[in-house]
Amino acid sequence: MTDTTLSMPVQVAPRGRRIRLSVIGDHFVLILGALFMMAPIYMTLTTASHENLTIHREGLQFLFGGELLNNFDAAMFGQGGFSGEITGMSMLKNSLILGMGFALGKIVLSMMAAYAIVYFRLRFATFAFWVIFTTLLLPLEVRIVPSYEVITGLGLANTYTGLIVPLLASATGTFFFRQYFLSIPEELVEAARIDGAGPVKFFIDILVPLSRTMIAAIFIVMFVYGWNQYLWPTLITTDEGLYTLVRGIKQIRQSLAESNQIPAYGQAMALSIIAILPPVLIVVFLQNWFIKGLVESDK
Amino acid sequence: MKRAAFNHRLLPVALLVPQIAIIAIFFYWPAWTAIQSSFYLEDPFGFGSTFVGTDNYTRLFASSEYLKVAQFTILFTVIITVFALGAALLLAVKADKVLRGARTYRTLLMWVYAIAPPVAGFIGVMLFDQNIGPMTDLFNWLGHDYRLGLNYMDTAFAMTITSIWIQIPVNFIFFLSGLQSIPQSVKEAAMIDNASPTRRFWETTFPLLAPTAFFLLIINITYALFDTFGVIDTIVYGNPASNPMTLVYKVFVDGFRGNDIGGSSAQSVVLMLLVLGLTIFQFRMLERRIHYT
Repeated sequence: MTDTTLSMPVQVAPRGRRIRLSVIGDHFVLILGALFMMAPIYMTLTTASHENLTIHREGLQFLFGGELLNNFDAAMFGQGGFSGEITGMSMLKNSLILGMGFALGKIVLSMMAAYAIVYFRLRFATFAFWVIFTTLLLPLEVRIVPSYEVITGLGLANTYTGLIVPLLASATGTFFFRQYFLSIPEELVEAARIDGAGPVKFFIDILVPLSRTMIAAIFIVMFVYGWNQYLWPTLITTDEGLYTLVRGIKQIRQSLAESNQIPAYGQAMALSIIAILPPVLIVVFLQNWFIKGLVESDK
Repeated sequence: MKRAAFNHRLLPVALLVPQIAIIAIFFYWPAWTAIQSSFYLEDPFGFGSTFVGTDNYTRLFASSEYLKVAQFTILFTVIITVFALGAALLLAVKADKVLRGARTYRTLLMWVYAIAPPVAGFIGVMLFDQNIGPMTDLFNWLGHDYRLGLNYMDTAFAMTITSIWIQIPVNFIFFLSGLQSIPQSVKEAAMIDNASPTRRFWETTFPLLAPTAFFLLIINITYALFDTFGVIDTIVYGNPASNPMTLVYKVFVDGFRGNDIGGSSAQSVVLMLLVLGLTIFQFRMLERRIHYT
């Protein structure tokens, strides 16, 4: 594996006017790209700062208005849904539980499995490896109907367990940690054995602390993945008290499609911003770890 | 495998059991059920099912609707892959080149990764909305009467561009990290050998980037096939019938809305084979690459 931290390369200094123009061209392309990526979110934010009537009459807004706080307040604390039970807050809580639960579960399960596969003499190690490996072949979307039937059959619909655990049935994390453990020098485990450390002690006192950066990196990637889950939460949670923010978007889409009054556009835009803000902040501020986790986990 | 391993019998088994158990219950069991029920016809009222052999499959491939969806899926996948990879490669090459603001550009171009597909789809719906969407205004101004959700091509356009939009960041991250792992000495040697930047790119940089590009090709195909579900669901909300959809979305629509468990399972199995083929292809290519370099 090469160095994946995206450092600035040393450039051979270009000379002359023609090159100057090409630098301007480079910046032009990059600015255009950045605008294309940012414009939709910018408009979501500006529109979230206007009254519903204004949006209804004039369309999405390009400039900020004065209703930003009101709309966010309504999206966050206003009661919605059929039972009037859900607020932005309750959905935020569920999203956090899903993101955290998924990331933690993934890390614990896959570290344990990878440890067993790499560090032990197992007769069926290859078999276990393939059993886990095959899961990479079938995304949840493909086996969605039978998965739903199995989970409801087990009585796990509308529970956090039913929400999180089925998503853990994949190999991504296990592979990531397997690769990483294989890259750790063998002398380390030999030295630990000579010093009398057993497998449990070696795992907890040496391997886990050694993997700290890797764990952080994979945690970020998995948190974002869990937070952004849509299809599974949509199917398995019919109880509004368990809706996540991303699941709530479907609800909003429905109310916009079916309402016969002026739809609550401002509030809907505000809720969209709330749904994207936590993962975006994590990705932006923990950028180097995130890129490390992403680039290495997918290899 | 490591040579210096621990000799324990029960511990490794105990460590593997949770992972294997979850995979068995939530992966193998449903996958097996899908294969099984693809050979049965379920009574719509739930009074049991009858074995019908390969009827569900023949029915599937005889259905013009299914073939139309398959056709759309292929087109959708090709367009997303080409544009999301092309745009990301262009941006990564430029971001790797500039000296000023490289980090800022990187942040601005990658953060959209964190946005969930359905949220992107919802924002797409707003932008292309009949009454309030600025994109609709733009189309109308250009002389096209744009109708999201009513006109097949118009809906397909919104779906495709939204799907490309959220896929650019991940491609950008991988391309940029691939570009930056090219040794400086190689870049300098290329500088001396070849004056034209365009030729330098195609003759030196691109071949070195090929493994990343191939890996991303697979990732993008998988994305377009499966992960666009959220975008499609928010955009076609309410009436999937007259609107474009992908094969995966059809599995969902037939299984849950149409209650056609047998047909939906047969579709699942077809998709399983498709992914299997894709994976085998990926491995063959990887093997070949190892042999020749």
